[in-house]
Amino acid sequence: MTYAMSVQNLFVSYHGNEALHDINFTIEKGKLVGIIGPNGAGKSTLLKSLLELIPKDQGVIEIFGKSLNEMRKKIAYVPQRSDMDWTFPISVIDTVLLGTYPSLGVFRRPKKKHREWAYHCLEKVGMEKFSQRQIGELSGGQQQRVFLARALAQKADLFCLDEPFVGIDITSEETIVRILKELRDEGKSVFVVHHDLSKASTYFDELILLNKELIEVGPVREVFRPEIMMKAYESQLTFMKQNEVTV
Amino acid sequence: MEFIHALLEYTFLQKALLTSVMVGIICGVIGCFIILRGMALMGDAISHAVLPGVAISYMLGINFFFGAVLTGVLTAVGIGYVSQNSRIKNDAAIGIIFTAFFAIGIILISLVKSSTDLYHILFGNVLAVRSSDMWITLVIGIIILTAVYAFYKELLVSSFDPTMSAAYGLPNRLIHYFLMTLLTLVTVASLQTVGVILVVAMLITPAATAYLLTNRLSVMIFMSASFGALSAIFGLFLSLIYNVASGAAIVLVSTFLFALAFLFSPKQGVLFRTIRARKVKSALRDNSLKG
Repeated sequence: MTYAMSVQNLFVSYHGNEALHDINFTIEKGKLVGIIGPNGAGKSTLLKSLLELIPKDQGVIEIFGKSLNEMRKKIAYVPQRSDMDWTFPISVIDTVLLGTYPSLGVFRRPKKKHREWAYHCLEKVGMEKFSQRQIGELSGGQQQRVFLARALAQKADLFCLDEPFVGIDITSEETIVRILKELRDEGKSVFVVHHDLSKASTYFDELILLNKELIEVGPVREVFRPEIMMKAYESQLTFMKQNEVTV
Repeated sequence: MEFIHALLEYTFLQKALLTSVMVGIICGVIGCFIILRGMALMGDAISHAVLPGVAISYMLGINFFFGAVLTGVLTAVGIGYVSQNSRIKNDAAIGIIFTAFFAIGIILISLVKSSTDLYHILFGNVLAVRSSDMWITLVIGIIILTAVYAFYKELLVSSFDPTMSAAYGLPNRLIHYFLMTLLTLVTVASLQTVGVILVVAMLITPAATAYLLTNRLSVMIFMSASFGALSAIFGLFLSLIYNVASGAAIVLVSTFLFALAFLFSPKQGVLFRTIRARKVKSALRDNSLKG
């Protein structure tokens, strides 16, 4: 059986400080997967190391049973909003058009059909009215929808989103969740770094619970249980308990 | 009119004008990527760092182009190495490496040549442009424009969203050094028009002016190239009329264009921003009076 994602013995460190310790898991195709854990648990680090955006110390990663380099163009990555330069001179439609670049290769340029496809993807996220705006003129939620449209334009099989719901309005959040579920229903695999536990159980099929090590991985109903969640959030909870005692 | 007569009459003037217009154009084009990638300081560094290369080329009796490209790229690599392998931040690494190269260059030149040549390299002497220099500038110009046209998509996506370009397999680091090489070529081409010290102005000022006027990268590139060329023409004109240094005159014309955009740009300019802010405030005041 080929998995959407198979990770064996993954170790990652920053300048000698261990960020991820011996991560092992497999995820089937066609799942909407949440990567959760406390602050500093290495959620974004995991997502980035899966795509080799940061170097790993050790580990074997297979995506749809193949190496990353064979699959790169079929993977869409949506960065954290805080990582972007929003003053860049680029319009909304041209941002979405970037999603067609991986399939175009080096010397081919986007043509009319690519522009139409980009516009169609904008319509899917309900942002077509803003197609000629500069991206910095949008609200946070609108920006996130545009970046999701760019990921759609890439016609990827694997979608990776880093904290897409941080600081965005409820309409945008609902639109994004609806589209991610549609993608899942079409058989695509979706990985989302997420920190808001209150929504985790309704948004995702599977959870990867992290705290530098892999605490648990599996269907939501198995992972999202107090005794298991405690393991990841233990240090924060003991801190709160101590505070209660002193206060 | 006198300027046009002189232009028709003296070939040295024609060469000067053609060369400086080409320099204005290619500086404008590369400058757009330099400011969008937040590498203005890097532009300053590379332009200074070609100095030892020029001196070494002179010693070896080869075209200064080769030595300049070598030390320019070495500087870019050195800066990257220091900032990635220590806690020194990028701007400090730039300050350390380029001044070292520049100092080596000054020592080399003072060893082998008189100070007048140093003066020309530092500040340019566009009226002394020889035919061979003009051709080198033209060839460099064609290389730059072809490279930017051919790799426009890749330059755009890696400047705007380097994480995405890395995710789909573009070699970001290679693109960075490729751009640094183009930057070095531009600097070499600019040596005689504006000189090492002022080339950074030609890279940044026209591009920054265009940045205030448009929200499209392609339009920004064309505008920036036009501002560069206009600055070259009017700067050269003013330097002849008032008999002042041509490089400095060209730079000040581009600064003047920037000042116009800074004040009067419809979207970004200080003037219209103030007017819009006042309108919003007075509308609020009217509403609260009615309420």
